[in-house]
Amino acid sequence: MLLTDDQKMLQETAANFLADEGSIAKQYRHWRDTHCEDGFGHALWKQFGELGLTGIAIPESHGGLGLGATEAALVLEEIGRNLTPSPFLTTGIVAAKAIEGTAHADRWYPGILSGEAVLALAVDEGPRHAPDQTALDAKRQGNGFILNGHKQFAVQAASADIIVTAARTSGSPGDSNGITLFAVPRDAAAIDNVNLADSSKAGRITFDNVELDADAVIGEVDGGWAPLSRALNVGRAGAAAELAGVAAGAAAMTFDYLRTRKQFGKLIGEFQALQHRAAHLYGEIEIARAAVLKAAQMLGSGDDRADLWVSVAKAKAADVASLAAREGIQMHGGIGMTDEHDIGLYLKREAVLGELFGDVYYHRNRVAGLSCY
Amino acid sequence: MTDLGAFRAETRAWLEANCPAEMRQPMRSEADMCWGGRDWTFQSDAQRHWLEVMAERGWTVPDWPKDYGGGGLTPEQAIVLKEEIARIGARQPLYSFGISMLGPALLKFGTEEQKCHYLPQIAGGEIRWCQGYSEPGAGSDLAGLQTKAEDKGDHWLVNGQKVWTSYADKADWIFCLTRTSTESKQGGISFLLFDMKTPGVSTRPILLISGNSPFCETFFDDVKVPKDQVVGEVNKGWDVAKYLLGHEREMISGMGLGGGGSLGAAMKPADPMLRAAIAAFDVDALAFQAMSERFTSLWKAGEAHPASPSMMKYAGTELNKRRNELMMAAGGSEALEWVAKQPRDWLRSKGNSIEGGTSEVQLNIVAKHILRLPGA
Repeated sequence: MLLTDDQKMLQETAANFLADEGSIAKQYRHWRDTHCEDGFGHALWKQFGELGLTGIAIPESHGGLGLGATEAALVLEEIGRNLTPSPFLTTGIVAAKAIEGTAHADRWYPGILSGEAVLALAVDEGPRHAPDQTALDAKRQGNGFILNGHKQFAVQAASADIIVTAARTSGSPGDSNGITLFAVPRDAAAIDNVNLADSSKAGRITFDNVELDADAVIGEVDGGWAPLSRALNVGRAGAAAELAGVAAGAAAMTFDYLRTRKQFGKLIGEFQALQHRAAHLYGEIEIARAAVLKAAQMLGSGDDRADLWVSVAKAKAADVASLAAREGIQMHGGIGMTDEHDIGLYLKREAVLGELFGDVYYHRNRVAGLSCY
Repeated sequence: MTDLGAFRAETRAWLEANCPAEMRQPMRSEADMCWGGRDWTFQSDAQRHWLEVMAERGWTVPDWPKDYGGGGLTPEQAIVLKEEIARIGARQPLYSFGISMLGPALLKFGTEEQKCHYLPQIAGGEIRWCQGYSEPGAGSDLAGLQTKAEDKGDHWLVNGQKVWTSYADKADWIFCLTRTSTESKQGGISFLLFDMKTPGVSTRPILLISGNSPFCETFFDDVKVPKDQVVGEVNKGWDVAKYLLGHEREMISGMGLGGGGSLGAAMKPADPMLRAAIAAFDVDALAFQAMSERFTSLWKAGEAHPASPSMMKYAGTELNKRRNELMMAAGGSEALEWVAKQPRDWLRSKGNSIEGGTSEVQLNIVAKHILRLPGA
């Protein structure tokens, strides 16, 4: 489980780019404090495109790099470390995977590659992730479909050109068969652009007799579960990678603080009570990163244990990022509670990423289910 | 087919043909572990056969050089072999502190004569080794050890006492840390090898809370050791000791993997609260398994931090203790029946985070050497 030289080079490129252009001051705080409705900067997304990073998951036949989940994870870890808001995960990884191999790929891949297009994914309909419970109703009407229902926690939906939407064309909630993916233009549905705890945006979407042409269908009618699962899996692995980066970023900031903050005439890092907690956290982060790499490799090789490993990675990385952020605040003391200090931003980000595509409990339950107990 | 694919196919076929059915059964107790050595009595022909065929192929130590009795496998091939062994549930053919601890130290610090002499005996399971490290006054503070080795011209004269010597009463030889100088704490230690049958060596087993006695007190009373049985330089044994401890910790961390399978799948917990706790454990255990694979790759490529075995040891042993607690919970009252393996394993596991350096010592090492925290 070693990185190749090419992967190390990509990691270094992403690390330098994001530490500089994607820094908390330039991106996270800037867009938050200027009340940007997108919650991210389009100029940075274009820079992703100039560096070729937007094409990581796009096949070479469409002008992308055609790389795998490991490369995506390396970039996402750096995004997490810098809390960089961007469409990289939902547009570049998840939606790109959802439309792969369909006519929508021809339509949208060029815009993704150039960093101009933004795509979203609308799956959840309640406060907890439950993709097989999809109820959003899509009935055939004329040559197309008419959609009625609701979606929520659709990341960056209000900024998206299209929203890849899971709807039910047959069966009932709980069935994985009978789900169809649609490319819904942003203006077709009513979107309430919700500001989340970490200042990122997610749409609550109301579908009130939304009419779509037949060519809005992505892939096969009633056959949306397979591409949706593939998209969710790369999304979960990606979110896990980003969480590992969030954890590493929070921990690095905290370890620095332990080396510089003095109390009782000593550097607080001299206290064994803190040393042991710091050392424990270090180990947990290394373990989470290894789980992310393993999941990415399993996805890359198409191994039939990929589902299991993706859930292991998502559950572990969310757990560890939460630990890193909580320990980070506690070890920073009072300054950690202020908005002025960045450590609190890590807590907000890990909470949102932890929820995205299934939280710790969802994925532990999935691990148990996939292990037959 | 790739080279590795071909290797996997060959390995699978060879294991099918050579691993006796009995050696594919789960071990019922510690007595099923094969340790080899001069006085070893094989439990069955199958146990003997399995050791012999694996040793002949060099697969008791797959990644050691062939010249020293190893299999000469690449790290990738060694992983494939491990996976194929796990696939058929085959037992480890040989348990050995020679393999996991002394061997790597000899490969790094030993003379060519020492390597040629000792390593093949280890690989073949001919000599069983024990580790003379801890002393009554030197546990976590290992470098404070007092067992003395005096230079008597043509030999070393060893006097002192060791404790927590695993299976000293069953071992043929000992690798032993001794004090050869009092001028410096860490700089006055030498790493000696000697036969446990040497006059003046005696052992006394220690009864543990598990009801078993895997450890001994070991006494040295005017033990004469030939001068060439020092590994590394005289007074520089601490370097050898630390390197070996890295391997010991790596080995101990392996217990974090358990048998490799899902605890939940084995236990089928009916209680939803227990199922949740076990699922949380399985996530941690699988993530640790990924870490273990990654650590092994990094370690072999020389890219791992030298102190990282401390992190692995800490994580692996804490995980194994948690596994045993959950197994006790899942087993209910039956897990308390003293004739069963479970309560003894559970009690024994409490030592995991003490032996080979306590969890607290490992955290100190990580804080100091990896995180570079002040004053650590």
